[in-house]
Amino acid sequence: MDKFKVDQELIAKIDRILESYDYDDNSVVNILLEIQSHIPENYIPEEVAKYVGIELGIPTSKVYDVITFFSAINDKPKGRHVVQLCKSSVCRLNKYQTIRDVLEEELKIKMGETTKDGQFTLQYSTCFGACDISPAFRIDDKVYGNLTKGKIKEIINTYRGL
Amino acid sequence: MNRTVNIISKNFKKYNPESIEEYLELGGFEALKKAIEMGPQEIISTLKTSGLKGRGGAAFSTGRKWEYSANVKGDKKFIICNADEGEPATFKDRYLLEYDPFKVIEGMIIAAYTTGSTNGYIYIREEYKYLHNKVRKAIELAEKHGFLGKNILGSGLNFNIKVVSGAGAYVCGESTALIESIEGKSGRPRLKLTRTSKQGLFGLPTLVNNVETLAAVPPILEMGVEEYIKYGTHTSKGTKLISLCGNVNKPGAYEVPFGITLREIIYDIGGGIKDGKQLKFLQLGGASGAIIPAKLIDIKYCYEDLEEHGASVGSGAILVADETNKVTHFLKSVQDFFIHESCGKCTPCREGNRQLTKIINRFVTGNASVEDLKTVEKFANVMKYASFCGLGQTAPTALLTAIKYFPVEFYQQIDRIRKTS
Repeated sequence: MDKFKVDQELIAKIDRILESYDYDDNSVVNILLEIQSHIPENYIPEEVAKYVGIELGIPTSKVYDVITFFSAINDKPKGRHVVQLCKSSVCRLNKYQTIRDVLEEELKIKMGETTKDGQFTLQYSTCFGACDISPAFRIDDKVYGNLTKGKIKEIINTYRGL
Repeated sequence: MNRTVNIISKNFKKYNPESIEEYLELGGFEALKKAIEMGPQEIISTLKTSGLKGRGGAAFSTGRKWEYSANVKGDKKFIICNADEGEPATFKDRYLLEYDPFKVIEGMIIAAYTTGSTNGYIYIREEYKYLHNKVRKAIELAEKHGFLGKNILGSGLNFNIKVVSGAGAYVCGESTALIESIEGKSGRPRLKLTRTSKQGLFGLPTLVNNVETLAAVPPILEMGVEEYIKYGTHTSKGTKLISLCGNVNKPGAYEVPFGITLREIIYDIGGGIKDGKQLKFLQLGGASGAIIPAKLIDIKYCYEDLEEHGASVGSGAILVADETNKVTHFLKSVQDFFIHESCGKCTPCREGNRQLTKIINRFVTGNASVEDLKTVEKFANVMKYASFCGLGQTAPTALLTAIKYFPVEFYQQIDRIRKTS
């Protein structure tokens, strides 16, 4: 894979985020989450992790302690949109497998994979508290439940090209 | 028949959560005014009388917890609202934040007034990201109306609230792991040599309460404790928000009085089992809760009666499973969760979950041995008694109760040759 290029525009964005948290190293978890939301590949590249460490005055190892501990922060690139399917106990009872099959068919990838155009990553997730509309999946921050095959296709289509 | 009650959930879907005016019209912040008239001592004694316990799952007396916090001296004291609702099958705190954020905020302000706290945090899980800004907006409106900030309602209380995001770690529901995470560290639980109420966030006095616990305080003060304890049983007073889900016709978050039977919850409130199937088992309190068989559904939903059967209220999750589900397969999904969420700090939990997963997989595929059943029970008990925090201590609850109530399902999965050898 090509090395991640940190451009001036991204640096400016990161600086704005750091400033909004007063360069407070206690806020590193929330800082990283916010930076990640500005990176199309939904991850924290090594260059960015180092930069954040220097700016906050903490070692890179501490930044990585946080990145690798929390599942919402990624150290490897993902698709532009991350499709997360819940396979916790509730969604298992409500047969999440039927949703999985439709998602895999529609995106033409298997669980854990990213589409060739880098548009979607499909992955499992633990319970995100949508058990009242289970089986459910989320795309980025939005949660979808009470699904039918047609509805899933429609939802995916709204994200294509975005 | 409608068996639900409306005390904590009174305002659900009754007002626009982006309008503080509508909340005020519904009697919002009246409890805060009443609290300031009452004074800290009377609030604490009222909460003790109300029997309110931690609704996140730990079930510790809220009145006593607030009393400890009030008695700790300090210029800067914190209150954390634990909205890291990560327990699978639990979503009632989401309803509170979504439909009545002001009540949670009001509860926090009353807690601050009672304990003399200065700074508040609402720690909301990343999975509820769509709620972060909604809650921030509610805080902003409360500030504008003088319910947050300096000298709130002339009481001399200075208090503000910030929203902090979790980042996808179940263990951060544990209060000290949550605190670590707010401090910008990976969320592993701390060794609790002193109470969090004395040394918590940044080493300062900290009170950590679940969303529902805080939201229960305004209604108790408003309606009066005598009225509140008319609901519930003698030892489990008041009401509880439950998250009803699984193979049930009407899943959702409902408020019920303690003492209602599980049958009433599943059939009257939940509309019975989907597709006319038979009930097989329930899991109460989330992935870390007990599995109980259908024959026990006439027991009362309250702390004492559940405890008698090795179960607990926990977070209030009630997961319903029909006759088509195999207990061993279900346990695998519980185990998949814990192996992913164990933080790895202590050996009983880290290695215990690995071993339980391996053995349960053999029960799923049907080539377990007689020894496997003995070993898995032994390991589960080691985890229960030797794990560092609540995660490891409760991770094997489902397994242990499943062995107790469904032993035959395990025997059936033991390999025939190994059974006889």
